[in-house]
Amino acid sequence: MSPLGWLVALLQVVLLVALAPLFGGWIKWLKCRLQNRQPPPLHQPYRDLRRLFSKKVLWAENASVLFRITPYLVLGAIILAGAVTPFISVELPTAAVTDAIALTGFFAFARVFLALAGMDIGTAFGGMGSSREMTISAFAEPAMLMMVFTISMVASSTNLVTVISTIEAQQVLTRPSLWFAALGFLMVIVAECGRIPVDNPATHLELTMIHEAMVLEYSGRYLAMLELAAQLKLLIYAVLAINIFNPWGIAHSIAPLALLQGLGWVGIKLALFGLLLALMETSLAKMRLFKVPVFLMLAFTLALGGMLSFVILEAS
Amino acid sequence: MLFAQLPLHEQVILAFSALTLLLSLFMLAHPKLTMVIRLFALQGLFLAATTALVAYDMNEPHLYISAALTLLLKVLFVPYLLMRMVRHFKLEFELDAVAQPARLLLLAGALIVFCYHVTLPIAELSLRITHNVLGISMAIVLMGMLILVTRRKAISQVVGFMSMENGLFFAAIAITQGMPMVVELGVAFDVLVAAIVFGVFFLHLKESIDSLDIGDLSHLSERE
Repeated sequence: MSPLGWLVALLQVVLLVALAPLFGGWIKWLKCRLQNRQPPPLHQPYRDLRRLFSKKVLWAENASVLFRITPYLVLGAIILAGAVTPFISVELPTAAVTDAIALTGFFAFARVFLALAGMDIGTAFGGMGSSREMTISAFAEPAMLMMVFTISMVASSTNLVTVISTIEAQQVLTRPSLWFAALGFLMVIVAECGRIPVDNPATHLELTMIHEAMVLEYSGRYLAMLELAAQLKLLIYAVLAINIFNPWGIAHSIAPLALLQGLGWVGIKLALFGLLLALMETSLAKMRLFKVPVFLMLAFTLALGGMLSFVILEAS
Repeated sequence: MLFAQLPLHEQVILAFSALTLLLSLFMLAHPKLTMVIRLFALQGLFLAATTALVAYDMNEPHLYISAALTLLLKVLFVPYLLMRMVRHFKLEFELDAVAQPARLLLLAGALIVFCYHVTLPIAELSLRITHNVLGISMAIVLMGMLILVTRRKAISQVVGFMSMENGLFFAAIAITQGMPMVVELGVAFDVLVAAIVFGVFFLHLKESIDSLDIGDLSHLSERE
């Protein structure tokens, strides 16, 4: 890999982090439009982040060192996950050294520390949020890994670059295994990123929130970092869904023109994906917490069905 | 042969058969009675489409008749009859939730693996493109049986029974040239008669225990 490749990889991460609030804002904007409300401007999430960064940080009295390092660890792990995700181009030196399982590992790492920090202060809400987050992820992670196994069976590799290139090269839209895996992955995204119907990102209602309950004790720039990490996580999942299941138009080299073209395509597809999420969030109601395991078990069964239909129907 | 090298309609056959299985999964777990009936109708639709595509692929025109019969009976008539009964008994918003849907789905996954494993030696004998569908159709049969066992409302049990029949029909078109026309017609009218008989059965059930919940039949006396 040339030094230029690493430069492009770095650029790609910076772009990913810079675009994350915009993607969140775009979904919110669409949602408001769909619900006949006056939408906030698209750059509102940037304003929020700037406001939080300039605010003074307040600590709870009994916050331990774990509580203080968590925002750095979480944001760091998520940015690392973003660094290994093929975003605009598949010609990515960072993506070549890791695979989809490692990517799942980054998310798991961030989640563990977030849950620990939620319990660190010892308030009831933090512990409740952590317990819920771990319950949900205990169901979501197997589904995610099963999806990873399905696509890696299709491509005979767990490396994301190989997976994307294989799926793009085969030009097959009729593979039932990919349909199943895509549907299961969509459900996992909804659960992992705390969107409706699993969690409501807009609410601060104490009894239903999950993500908000864990970060309740944070303030100032630490809260901003965690918010940015959440937005980035959503964007990474969206990019993964787009690039794995609909990779057409992704750049294959690091020539400026190809990169620009790839960026254009991924932008269009992200906008459409945002529309899909907004439509889902408008038409569905948040489900009861006790229904979430069933929802995720369905995602798991879908991913399993994807793998089985690959074995039964497509492998021969 | 690689999946990507198959002609398009054969890819669609395989994709649709996977979707038929998926609909069985949804039917297994969905708590709403009317939705279960709609899913059943949709499964019939995919079945009819797959049959028509197999008829085209294998150049067997009599399968078009089977597809038309499936479309007529299982997509239009039986769901219409069931929906009419639902409206008649005012069950539109009735829930028939299974106790442990998550566990049931996992069990269904295990069933698919089991069926695939069992049918593998038979499937290898056939050279048709659909030979591997046999495992799927057997899984649909067993899942219909699972619906019969786990549901408590009579109407969703009927749906389970009919979806078992879907699986059998699917198996017939998957590994053979379809059943003989006489058998085909016989089965089709059996389904028709069964649907009507079930309707009468519902009426009697409603009259005698004032509910369509099979669970109520296990008490001996009217006093609790």
